[in-house]
Amino acid sequence: MMSEGVDYSKIGLLVGLECHQQLATRTKLFCSCKPSLFKGEPKITFVRRLRPTQSELGQVDPAAYFEFKKGVRILYEADNETSCLVEMDEEPPHPLNPEAIEVALTVALMMNAKPVDEIHVMRKTVIDGSNTTGFQRTCVVALNGSIEVEGRTVPIEHISLEEDAARKTGGEGFEIRYRIDRLGIPLIEVTTGPVIRSPREAQRVALAIGRILRATKKVRRGIGTIRQDLNVSIRDGALIEIKGVQELELISKVVEYEAKRQLGLLEIRDELKKRGLVEEEIREEFHDATELFKETGCRVLKRAINQGKKVLAVKLPKFSGLLSREIAPGMRLGREMADRARFWGRVGGIFHTDELPAYGVTEDEVDRLKRLVGAGPEDAVVFVADSLENATDALRAVVERAKEALRGVPEETRAANPDGTTRYMRPRPGAARMYPETDIPPIRIDEEYLQELASKLPELPEEAVKRLMKEYNLNEKLANQLVDSEYLGLFEEIVRVSRRVSPRAVAATLTETFKALRRDGVDVGEVSDEQILEVFRLVDSGRTTKEAIPEIITWLSKHRGRSGEEAVEALGLTVISGDDLRALVDRVLQENAEVVRERGEGAFGFLMGYIMKRFRGRLDAKVVSELLRERLKNIHGE
Amino acid sequence: MGGDDDPLSLPGYKGVALKVLKESGVQAGDLIRISRDGTVYEGVLMPRSEYGDDRHIVIKLKSGYNIGVRVTADTLVEKVGAGVEIAFKPPPPPKQRPNLPRVSIVSTGGTIASRVDYRTGAVRPAISAGDLYSIVPELSDIAVIETEVLFNLFSEDLTPSHWARIAEKVAERIREGVDGVVLTHGTDTMAYTAAALSFALQGLPVPVVLVGAQRSEDRPSSDAALNLIGAVSAAAEAPFAEVVVAMHETVSDVSVAFHRGTKVRKCHTSRRDAFKSVNVKPIARLADGELVMLTEDYRRRDRDRELTLKPNFDPKVALVKFYPGMNPNVIDFYVEEGYRGIVLEGTGLGHVGRSCFPSIKKAIKRGLIVAMASQCIWGRVNMNVYTNGRDLLAMGVIPLEDMLAETALVKLMWALGEADSPEEAKILLKTNIAGEIAARSIYT
Repeated sequence: MMSEGVDYSKIGLLVGLECHQQLATRTKLFCSCKPSLFKGEPKITFVRRLRPTQSELGQVDPAAYFEFKKGVRILYEADNETSCLVEMDEEPPHPLNPEAIEVALTVALMMNAKPVDEIHVMRKTVIDGSNTTGFQRTCVVALNGSIEVEGRTVPIEHISLEEDAARKTGGEGFEIRYRIDRLGIPLIEVTTGPVIRSPREAQRVALAIGRILRATKKVRRGIGTIRQDLNVSIRDGALIEIKGVQELELISKVVEYEAKRQLGLLEIRDELKKRGLVEEEIREEFHDATELFKETGCRVLKRAINQGKKVLAVKLPKFSGLLSREIAPGMRLGREMADRARFWGRVGGIFHTDELPAYGVTEDEVDRLKRLVGAGPEDAVVFVADSLENATDALRAVVERAKEALRGVPEETRAANPDGTTRYMRPRPGAARMYPETDIPPIRIDEEYLQELASKLPELPEEAVKRLMKEYNLNEKLANQLVDSEYLGLFEEIVRVSRRVSPRAVAATLTETFKALRRDGVDVGEVSDEQILEVFRLVDSGRTTKEAIPEIITWLSKHRGRSGEEAVEALGLTVISGDDLRALVDRVLQENAEVVRERGEGAFGFLMGYIMKRFRGRLDAKVVSELLRERLKNIHGE
Repeated sequence: MGGDDDPLSLPGYKGVALKVLKESGVQAGDLIRISRDGTVYEGVLMPRSEYGDDRHIVIKLKSGYNIGVRVTADTLVEKVGAGVEIAFKPPPPPKQRPNLPRVSIVSTGGTIASRVDYRTGAVRPAISAGDLYSIVPELSDIAVIETEVLFNLFSEDLTPSHWARIAEKVAERIREGVDGVVLTHGTDTMAYTAAALSFALQGLPVPVVLVGAQRSEDRPSSDAALNLIGAVSAAAEAPFAEVVVAMHETVSDVSVAFHRGTKVRKCHTSRRDAFKSVNVKPIARLADGELVMLTEDYRRRDRDRELTLKPNFDPKVALVKFYPGMNPNVIDFYVEEGYRGIVLEGTGLGHVGRSCFPSIKKAIKRGLIVAMASQCIWGRVNMNVYTNGRDLLAMGVIPLEDMLAETALVKLMWALGEADSPEEAKILLKTNIAGEIAARSIYT
């Protein structure tokens, strides 16, 4: 395993980013559906099969064809609120949403990019089922921009608009389930040049891009509304595309792990060469080991054999010890082979001798297995238990991956895991998978329109920070947090109407409080701007208190479409005031008569704390303190 | 080189853009560089849609994206490299299995049989057996296929004379001894052609299956493949010997429905399951590779049956849809133009407004056959229920039972084309020939 503290410039690390951000337009990109998701059971389902077609260059993607041949069926889930016949691929797309074009052009101008003269919508072949059409509609809106990140100029190659894909809701193997509510939500894609040289820098560039996107105030927020794809390579390694990093904080970790993974694979390559392995020695010779495991204590194998499945094994010459070697945290060659076997052979996983004896497989069984396939101490053995067809496909994939190990790092598309590690997703798609969307006429971008947009560009994030500090007396940290929070527009709206809550408190609520709620698992993104604004209005009108906000927001996140007023009622957070409040204060004074007697007006702090603690969220601290002081003064005076 | 000699070298370009490109000596497929006001674009020159303006050049960037670049008089275009030769290269066809049934596929055009040539932007038929096998390799397990392109037309451009030619071609194939014929067809008027063939091809020994697609076959989600598999399977081994339309039964890729040619209608502009059997159930369904008959009432396949070809259609027949306030001069117009028949698409049980009565009377008096179908689509005409209906019957308007209006139009053209006299045509019109009239209205 690699030592810590990699010198990234020495290993030639280069990273490019593709930031995808959902836009908060009124409708989807190619139809008039509301861009939102639905929960619960789907009301509409239908089944499709996607067939690989030849690209305009006359090629068929081999992985795609393989998937198809296996007979994969896709079950789509829908409802009538979030999708229509367009998402079902039962109606041609409507014209490109002009609101989305405007946002993309605005971003382009903010990044000094050159808008194209005419937008051409393309179809990008994607036949994993995430698009009902079998392609994703996408178009370049501008080219050749740049942004400044901590003194360095980062080139922006493309700014594109594309439709978001359907979301996977389950199923593996022969039937995959997707929900098409997300399909068609506008995404803006910002692609940097492959110039980023460290994991930290990758994260900073992503943050800078995200800030510019949010400055348009037209982006959706919440979990999954922004996603990063990373293109990572090191010298002698390969260009690896990593899909779907959802957390900004994860970017540097993913890049770091990927650099380490590639280094680790190069070390394995060198080790294999040192051991004198040549590619011809790695052969597709599969041995039936079903008989050998007939009496095994391994439950997985036993169950498979009882179901009439086969145990198939292959020798990987000179691989002993390398399959379980950790190449990056949590990542091993054996696991990469298992990922491939799952993809190509639809098996649950593989066994290999580096990790045996274990799982109920005995040393004796391992020895006999090695004898069966003719493996020596330098060799590893991989085996799977499944139908003959699946097992054969799985071992073929393992053999292919073993050959690639001897060559170095295989080019592939990987998916990010929440812990920063990655897993094999599919081979990298060929270059020729983009062809014109003939159902949508090209859109001309007029010079006058661009000038109009240029004249009303939103302020850049740095400018916004300065203004917030000056105008609202926020400190720099809070101002920065607010600009990064997606809530800047809402903040200004609240501050305009709110007299009781200070701008600083509003800012802290929208940033720190919300962050804390998210950490506790509250999906704050479910709460709309209108609802949040209403909550502050309720505080302002004395219906509830500032302290009650977190509870109200939590309630609203779980009760979609309900009002702040209803939340206050349901939670019993209406403010105690008037006679009730006077009675409450008197009761507290009675309960603490001794303290009052002893300390007189000096008891104020203690009593105030006592009251606020007991009735937090239901009392207006200012009113309580006035009342309490008055009563204490009276008592003292008596 | 491009330019004047080769009209296909710069497809779709005109005006300023064409001039600049010609002067630069480039052609579609070349790698070019465009410089304008200090901005430089590089990419492969692509064809332009013929409806595009004359001021933009379309290039494919290295990333695969197309963009349009505006051209002005001082735009510089240079060729920087030869482009890739782009061609549709089908993979080698799978091995033929000579003992399978023989199916003839005749192409008339439409979405199912087209693919876009991305170099020229032209739509071309993809209907050689090789193309079909490469698009739908499963076909080689079902039948030995021979293919022929008869026309390459949008279905709305087909006329009754095309129906006659299609009928003749299908008869020719059947007489050569194939086990079934598949006809690829644009979906818009496929039901009209299906009805026409139902009347023109009498005593069919084998199935004739019309098939189309609502999504072009160059899309991964196309319905063409399943529809073709269904059509070829039916042509190869279905127990029926009728003219049918084979299309998706639902919006799912799981089953194909076979609709009787005289009872089918396109009922949706874009859905995969646009075709519906009207007033009856589909006659069969194919799901999971198995063809199941849904009725006992069908003509059995019989190789020895003698086919009779009756391919004549008289185009002097009109379909007139009545609507509130319709000007009866419309009917007079057809009479003046020498039409021989009018199918009225009346309201409800078979009515038109009384303001049309004089014109209808005149038409019948002048020897036209005037018949009544309903614009309700579903249900049977019954002109005995209301006074207007009874009056129309008394004038000599022929009620067409549960016949579809479109089928009625085709049938009257055919009856007038084949009969020796209007009287004989009238009898043909009222007689059930190919399942177009059912005595019973079943609950569907």
